[in-house]
Amino acid sequence: MLPIKEILDADVVIVGGGVGGLMAAVSAARNGARTIVLEKANTKRSGSGAGGNDHFACYIPEVHGDLATARQATLESMVGPDQDRDVLDASLERSLEILEMWHSWGIDMKLGRNGGWLFEGHAFPGKPRVFLKYNGSNQKKVLTEQARKAGAVIVNHSPVLEMLPAPGGGIGGVLALDTTEERPAFRIVRARAVIMAAGNACRLFVSANTPGLMFNVGVCPANTGESIAQFWRIGGALVGMDRGYRHAGPRYSSRCGKSTWIGVYRYPDGEPIGPFTSKPSRETSDITGDIWNSSFSDLMVNGRGPAMMDCAGASREDLDHMIWAMGCEGMTGFVNQMKAEGVDPGRHGVVFGQYEPHGIRGIEINPKTETNLPGVYAVGDHIGNFRTNLGGAAVFGYISGEQAAAYVKGHDLCGDIENTPWARERMAWYSRFGEREQGAAWQECNHAIQQILSDFAAPGPHKVRSASLLNSGLKFIGDLRVLIERQLAAPTAHELMRAAETLAIVDMGEIMIRCALERRESRGNMHRSDYTFTNPLLNNKFIRIVKENGEPRITWRDIRR
Amino acid sequence: MPPMIDPEKCVKCGTCADICPLEVYGRRPARGEIPAVRYPDECWHCNVCVMDCPSGALSLRLPISHMILHLDSPYLQTLSKEDGHAAH
Repeated sequence: MLPIKEILDADVVIVGGGVGGLMAAVSAARNGARTIVLEKANTKRSGSGAGGNDHFACYIPEVHGDLATARQATLESMVGPDQDRDVLDASLERSLEILEMWHSWGIDMKLGRNGGWLFEGHAFPGKPRVFLKYNGSNQKKVLTEQARKAGAVIVNHSPVLEMLPAPGGGIGGVLALDTTEERPAFRIVRARAVIMAAGNACRLFVSANTPGLMFNVGVCPANTGESIAQFWRIGGALVGMDRGYRHAGPRYSSRCGKSTWIGVYRYPDGEPIGPFTSKPSRETSDITGDIWNSSFSDLMVNGRGPAMMDCAGASREDLDHMIWAMGCEGMTGFVNQMKAEGVDPGRHGVVFGQYEPHGIRGIEINPKTETNLPGVYAVGDHIGNFRTNLGGAAVFGYISGEQAAAYVKGHDLCGDIENTPWARERMAWYSRFGEREQGAAWQECNHAIQQILSDFAAPGPHKVRSASLLNSGLKFIGDLRVLIERQLAAPTAHELMRAAETLAIVDMGEIMIRCALERRESRGNMHRSDYTFTNPLLNNKFIRIVKENGEPRITWRDIRR
Repeated sequence: MPPMIDPEKCVKCGTCADICPLEVYGRRPARGEIPAVRYPDECWHCNVCVMDCPSGALSLRLPISHMILHLDSPYLQTLSKEDGHAAH
């Protein structure tokens, strides 16, 4: 068995120090909870917000009037209508408070004239805009400082491996890995409540841009949906796991941030692809890429491509603003690459393509961020029944900290969580891979699951699922599990961290296929060759999956309107 | 591949290894050592190590496989065609 480096006690332990996790840390600590954040890398620069973000979905009464206006604009945007309204409303209602908070901490949220709010991008011409433009280039450092100031303890280089239920019910803590030394060791945090905030699920599918290079993805490839898998393993309920949102962006250098571009998506002959704009617009950007992102693939299949983001025609001032905003969005590496390769957005059309899905849906929460497991809360990009990306992570992060801090007052710490059968079994399982000196590298396993999912469970456009393909894929995942058990070797802490990510991906792949089998219809970019119609009876419904007595149980439920 | 370290400029503070979201440098080196890029294939090219290096010792090189595909602006080509027609 690998050694246990240390056992820590907390009231609230937070899994992942991204935007959601750090906001949870601030509020949990402010509300009196002894708070520990476990972070895979370093909270100052980790996750999809590592270098910054520049859009925050929000509701500001003086801008939008009533909440319904902001809600409608959100549901019509790229984040889509499949959201529980009570959860979405809970996020929007407190967004202004969080915006003001961030601004007071030193994240520049007021980019408008005379220090006002500025809304740019992700919008239809003439319609309300909900994506506030801001400068998030320093956000992770500021949030880290605020979490520490509030009294939270941040443990960096400590990715979480498993959730640990308390024997008498409720949650008892988490099992983590320490990656500060060459050899792996465990870290256990005993806690009364857990907030999961490990982010979305990359590396499930073969990289759309560079098939051999799996870290070339639009959002942070260290985020592999581990919280989703860990939550699932202990009986957590997930929703929408068969659906995969496909972002789009430049080829072949993957980077999200579509609406930071001030230009028009065009065919090579100059015709605009979408119906929304024919001139570069700083106010709206071209929302075609948000709501018709299959267009980028369509043009390759029908031969009219490649699709291009064409910023020519924008003023020099707007182009300078765009390059500056790319820095706010964390795209400085991409900006430098454009310079190095002689790409001038004022003169060149940049080829865009669809990326592989990075966000199959995930954990089901209520407006208080509670899950179906008492004492377990979830925030961030891995939520299944709600999505506004960065803004939602920030607001619900703060709400979850408040909720968890209140919850722990009535619950005791489980004193012996490291000796429960589940904890011992999980430590033995990871130790088997960590103590195996020779064998299959984690990369082999990750490529294998990507190949299977890309062949047998790929979302569209222009690819199909069917019972025959999905059932075959399920069988192949079973075969892969056997090979992994026999051969995976991860003798260093770094390798074991990546191996644990890969094991989570395997679990998510299986969950995705089980849910996809249940969807006997085609919907959105999910094309079933054996059920080519969209079933009206399944409108406004989520597929919900939860493990009961060791077996997956799948049901349909209405989306709350 | 990915981050490149100028050993003349590196002050051996270990910041890059500490803050990399993908841990491409592996664990933080001992004091007084220049970090090594141990896992270059895991770089996300996010550039935060370059941004946070206190001595400007770092630069990022994007792999050729990540080349940015671009063509002359379709819009500008349309304009020049229109100009051409007008001239005739």
